[in-house]
Amino acid sequence: MMQIPCIRCGPRDENEFVCGGTSHIARPGLDAGDRAWGEYLFFRDNPKGLHLERWRHAQGCGQWFNVARNTATHEIVSVYAITDPPPP
Amino acid sequence: MNYSAWSLLRGALSGHRHWTQAWRDAAPKPSYDVIIVGGGGHGLATAYYLAKNHRMANVAVIERGWIGGGNTGRNTTIVRSNYLYPESARLYDFSLQLYEGLSQALNFNIMLSQRGLVMLAHSRHDLDAMSRWANAMRMNGIAAELLTREQVGALAPALDLSPQARLPVLGGFTQRRAGTARHDAVAWGYARAASALGVDIIQNCEVREFIKEGGRVVGVNTTMGRIRAERTGVAAAGHSSVLAKLAGFRLPVTSYALQAMVTEPIKPLLDTVILSPGTGAYVSQSDKGEIIMGAMLDLFPSYAQRGSFAVTQAVIAATLALFPSFSRLQLMRQWAGIVDVVHDSSPIIGATPIPGLYINCGWGTGGFKAIPVGGWTLAHVLATGRNHPLAEPFQLERFISGRLIDEAAASGIAH
Repeated sequence: MMQIPCIRCGPRDENEFVCGGTSHIARPGLDAGDRAWGEYLFFRDNPKGLHLERWRHAQGCGQWFNVARNTATHEIVSVYAITDPPPP
Repeated sequence: MNYSAWSLLRGALSGHRHWTQAWRDAAPKPSYDVIIVGGGGHGLATAYYLAKNHRMANVAVIERGWIGGGNTGRNTTIVRSNYLYPESARLYDFSLQLYEGLSQALNFNIMLSQRGLVMLAHSRHDLDAMSRWANAMRMNGIAAELLTREQVGALAPALDLSPQARLPVLGGFTQRRAGTARHDAVAWGYARAASALGVDIIQNCEVREFIKEGGRVVGVNTTMGRIRAERTGVAAAGHSSVLAKLAGFRLPVTSYALQAMVTEPIKPLLDTVILSPGTGAYVSQSDKGEIIMGAMLDLFPSYAQRGSFAVTQAVIAATLALFPSFSRLQLMRQWAGIVDVVHDSSPIIGATPIPGLYINCGWGTGGFKAIPVGGWTLAHVLATGRNHPLAEPFQLERFISGRLIDEAAASGIAH
């Protein structure tokens, strides 16, 4: 089981959290065509390796935040605020 | 060598020294008509049907590890076709029909056991939903029967049917043609039959790059060198996105770990498959006697073939809520496979945006039951360049057009 460092509460067990999927997906403009809209809704990089994703401390403080995590090893590289830009 | 009662008898009289290798572990040739990336059930079935249905035997299956070592060896071996929508019903029932004749077709006992599958209803809402579900199946020509609480009890006496149960059983429905098949035998049966028809099965060979000429895929660069092909098919389940990235496109897929586990073997106790959509649990007993359990996904993207303990615990809790008498069994093994989940829980079988490259993916948590039809339809498009009619609704383009086939019944579980 992973230990996820909540940005407010510190490290807690994984089952206190829910994953909200990939972070930093930009919503296309209102003039977006079907292809851009379909890409936005459904298509994902789904990387094997570093993944930037949103988590919420659902059974704790309720805060959404971002996690940079390796999907192959489950190693958490960093956590950062939900409104922060992606790490370099 | 043809397997038969006669060959067994011959073996018995000659010390079983006449058995030969079931299939040929090949080294790659410089070029093939078709390369299939992924030596699981779907990839091996594709190779077999290319050779069998389309007379194309100049085919290679390339597998990074060993055949059947991915999700084909990591599932709960359930086969069924209890789907809601006509497109899915046609697809999955064709698969079940192929399973029904597969031991004969492959001359390999896949140990299909049509022990039936029972969906449990735990509430009035579940009963209504299951009436709809069973009726939809019958409208699609697939037999389904609604069951009362007593009928469920007769099929699975070990279930907790008391009114005090955490999840009271009010009824359910059954598909009697559903059941289980031996997962390794499916992989080996297809491998043996494909190999006998001339297909090369190449293990421990990882694709590093797709070779392109004029934007078209014309082969692969592997850890065993360059291999050229007219057409390339990908059947890589949870690793589909990794291969798509190598080829230069994206898929509407997210990879998750789906875990399952078995207890120590016990005497025969459960001769049907039990599914509880309320808890997500699905439970059956293997021919060896182990109780096989599975339930929900580990709901975060993962390529690690192991599940979290939190979910292991939830799967066991869900199973014990149904079968309290299993509480003293010891857990023997637990494992996870990486499944390729798409938004509408329906597969993608057909062309990719890259010419020359075709894909079979998106089966998510339910790929094992679909192995025959996945292979049949991918072989069809690889051989003819046209989609098989069964696969026509299941194209990648539906995620752009919005014509999704939102098959809530696909997983049989809530995720």
